[in-house]
Amino acid sequence: MIAKGTLGDRAEKWETVIGLEVHAQVISKAKLFSGAATDFGAEPNTQVSPVDAAFPGMLPVVNRHCVEQAVRTGLGLNAEIRLESVFERKNYFYPDLPAGYQISQYQQPLVGHGRITLDMPDGTTREIGITRLHLEQDAGKSLHDQHPTLTYVDLNRAGVALMEIVSEPDLRSAEEAGIYLRKLRSILRYLGTCDGNMEEGSLRCDCNVSVRHPGEPLGTRCEIKNVNSIRYVMQAIEYEARRQIELIEEGGTVEQQTRLFDAGRGITRPMRSKEEAHDYRYFPDPDLLPLVLDPDWVERLRAALPELPDAKKVRFVSEYGLSAEDADVLVAEQETALYFEQVAQGRDPKPAANWVMGELFGALNRLGIGIEQSPISAEQLGSLIDLIADGTISGRLAKDIFTEMVASGGDPAAIVAAKGLRQVTDSGAIEAAIDAVLAAQGDKVAEYRAGRDKLYGFFVGQIMRATQGRANPALVNQLLKKKLAG
Amino acid sequence: MSDRSLLELNLAEARDGLARRMFSARELTAAYNDAVAEAKPLNAYITPTPERALTMADAADERLARGEALLLDGIPVAVKDLFCTKDIQTTAGSHILDGFRPPYESTITDKLWQAGAVMIGKANLDEFAMGSSSTTSWYGPVESPWRRPGDNRPLVAGGSSGGSAAAVAARAALAAIGTDTGGSIRQPASFCGIVGLKPTYGRCSRWGVVAYASSLDHPGPMGRTVRDVAIMLRAMAGHDPRDSTSAALPVPDFAAALTGDIRGLRIGIPREYSVDGMPGEIAALWQQGVEWLRAAGAEPVEISLPMTKYALATYYIIAPAEASSNLARYDGVRFGLRIEGDSLEEMYELTRAAGFGAEVRRRVLIGTYVLSAGYYDAYYLKAQRVRTLIARDFAGAFERVDCILTPTAPSAAFAIGDKSDDPIAMYLNDVFTVPANLAGLPAISVPAGLSADGLPLGLQITGRAFDEETVLRVAEVLESAARFRHLPGFVAGGGG
Repeated sequence: MIAKGTLGDRAEKWETVIGLEVHAQVISKAKLFSGAATDFGAEPNTQVSPVDAAFPGMLPVVNRHCVEQAVRTGLGLNAEIRLESVFERKNYFYPDLPAGYQISQYQQPLVGHGRITLDMPDGTTREIGITRLHLEQDAGKSLHDQHPTLTYVDLNRAGVALMEIVSEPDLRSAEEAGIYLRKLRSILRYLGTCDGNMEEGSLRCDCNVSVRHPGEPLGTRCEIKNVNSIRYVMQAIEYEARRQIELIEEGGTVEQQTRLFDAGRGITRPMRSKEEAHDYRYFPDPDLLPLVLDPDWVERLRAALPELPDAKKVRFVSEYGLSAEDADVLVAEQETALYFEQVAQGRDPKPAANWVMGELFGALNRLGIGIEQSPISAEQLGSLIDLIADGTISGRLAKDIFTEMVASGGDPAAIVAAKGLRQVTDSGAIEAAIDAVLAAQGDKVAEYRAGRDKLYGFFVGQIMRATQGRANPALVNQLLKKKLAG
Repeated sequence: MSDRSLLELNLAEARDGLARRMFSARELTAAYNDAVAEAKPLNAYITPTPERALTMADAADERLARGEALLLDGIPVAVKDLFCTKDIQTTAGSHILDGFRPPYESTITDKLWQAGAVMIGKANLDEFAMGSSSTTSWYGPVESPWRRPGDNRPLVAGGSSGGSAAAVAARAALAAIGTDTGGSIRQPASFCGIVGLKPTYGRCSRWGVVAYASSLDHPGPMGRTVRDVAIMLRAMAGHDPRDSTSAALPVPDFAAALTGDIRGLRIGIPREYSVDGMPGEIAALWQQGVEWLRAAGAEPVEISLPMTKYALATYYIIAPAEASSNLARYDGVRFGLRIEGDSLEEMYELTRAAGFGAEVRRRVLIGTYVLSAGYYDAYYLKAQRVRTLIARDFAGAFERVDCILTPTAPSAAFAIGDKSDDPIAMYLNDVFTVPANLAGLPAISVPAGLSADGLPLGLQITGRAFDEETVLRVAEVLESAARFRHLPGFVAGGGG
């Protein structure tokens, strides 16, 4: 456990309390309030409408698809969908915020209380409360490194829809925070509402961290802004909890602050204090009417939700007889689950699971790619398993063929045929191979017969080598025992 | 026809003349181009657009020749310089929009051009439509074409659509469009002796109109007669999917509602509008209006709008609050004026200090204050609650009456410079007009008489939401009864 490991014996005396605010970019072709495109990596300022640039007289019109995505996310988080919500303006000046306000939701968010179930490494589960989910606009980007004295502004991102997903302060360690984020990301990806890509900034996290002695009221919290990887989130929380504990233990008090995580040094440092906090002067945006949802529409969205990781896990355990641990691994990513189900279709699910989690994951890791770019299709992996099941090849040979499939992308049956790897089940041929080995190893045969049982494996190895691994292991056993006995 | 006789025609008459080919759109437009030049001392226009006007007139003539005339074909219209016009400087009367040429056309102006109207120029206004006198413009004050007899001091045209009103009154535009956030169409119409209509909120799109206070801003028509504004409104109104607050309702033929028959209509007379210090001549004119409508067969009914007394205070919280946010985009980063500074904050401060005039700065400060933490509930939230109560007052009244008759403004036009150092006195100009903005109701000002010192006074008809037809019908009866034929001291073409 990371938390106990690094907090050391303090972990007994201190409890870390964490709430996360996740900003998840909505998968949508167009921005939240304008028709402009949202592609990542486009030339600066090429995906900007006059609405996004806040030109005079421009008005926002809410993008129905973004609302649908947020409602689906709320449903996926087992949350209350508010049939009436209100967009408000959050006012502050910054060059990458063209209007001087961000359209967000404040007092009346689109989604209310929900929950996420975490699967803990020890096999238990933890329920983490979701406080709310609301829709808001992203800001543009200020580029400070393009010119020695000037800041450049790229508004491509300005106006892109974000879901802010706020958790209750239910998390108790950096590790739990990591598990929470992975689970949330998994749900978002299942729903197709956010790609969860933290490097591209489509998932960003603010961490609220405080410490207390167990059972005491909540301590003063610090907010660490805009952490952009799960690993950094865990490091930032870890550092921040230790900093606060040390401060208190040295007789100091924690000051409410907004802090930044310095990934290079692995520390958090102050950005602004409570006194310097903005007064955002929220008020309902008069350009937008309250967002009113048709309850039938919400129910139709609910009915059309995909099977989510928790339900899929339960089904994998009951339908395929997998262990809960294996099921966890297979459902974490929707593509993996889909791949597994295609492999398991009409086959014994256990070898299917083992091949996916073992050889396939190993190969994908080595190649540094995801399962959706796998060089071996689910059909091909299924065929390979079939070749083992029907005795065409041995399991050992199958691993070689698998390696060949990764390299060439070929079909397993074709590789078996082309390389003549078909398993030898002809007892005459195997007997001949056994005879040849035993004849060449006369001394060892004598030793074996004198009682050195361990040499049995040696003979098997020699025979398999002589047959390039193609001999049917069962037949080899059967015939070898007979010969050695005789 | 002579220029002068062309300029005498109202919109409905000009339309007939064009349709019958008595004169061409080019001739009419050329007459108005000359009138705009002649009226230059009024400073009613920031940007005249004579070449564009002639090009548009020629296109109208082609349609007229083919017998395919559109609703407003060849009608020269002044556009308050708050409406964005594609590739044509749009200033909002502010230094901060220096050099701004919108890459888009506002919905309302686009609809006018689609209906064949001719853009004669961009009209002067109070900076960002904040004012009741059209004296706060970076481009200088608008002068009313009216003078008190025997007194040559220039008078205000009213505001904020003062340039539009002065241009129509001085025959330097056949009709105009303005915006009305607290009275900015009706009060200058009253001061200049013309007709100004603020339609129902949502009737006319706000898309492409520089925002002052979004929940109160109403684009609307201004013209010489009730019929003229009815025709204008038909071209302007309609649902706009680009404005979320636009109403998805059909657009009636408003001119067809002008039947002259108001028999049996119940006209509300709100007792709370007899405010302290109302000049006797205004009270008398109001009473005269009641009699005119009674004579035409309508039934005056005394009503009570008890929340009215809070309307002005409510308005001067909500409007500045929205304005403080709406004007945050003028930061020197993307368009308009920028004054460089040594830091970002300094650039903001220098740009906004130089770019905004005193009244705009005052309202931004008030608005920022009323939205601030600790003050929000006491000011903004309370004002929103009162606003709801004001709307409820009207809803209750409209269960008993069909429309409401009041004066438009508590006084006639005042001299330029008067009240400029007294914001409260200036704000009191809006006391009768603001309630309709808070409730989003249609209201019109019709010239009804002259003050003792010879200046126009208007009466206001307020109606039910989206019932502009009744408002216009009653207004036209009032107009006929009042027979307001007075002309200002200055009219282009030398009339009067």
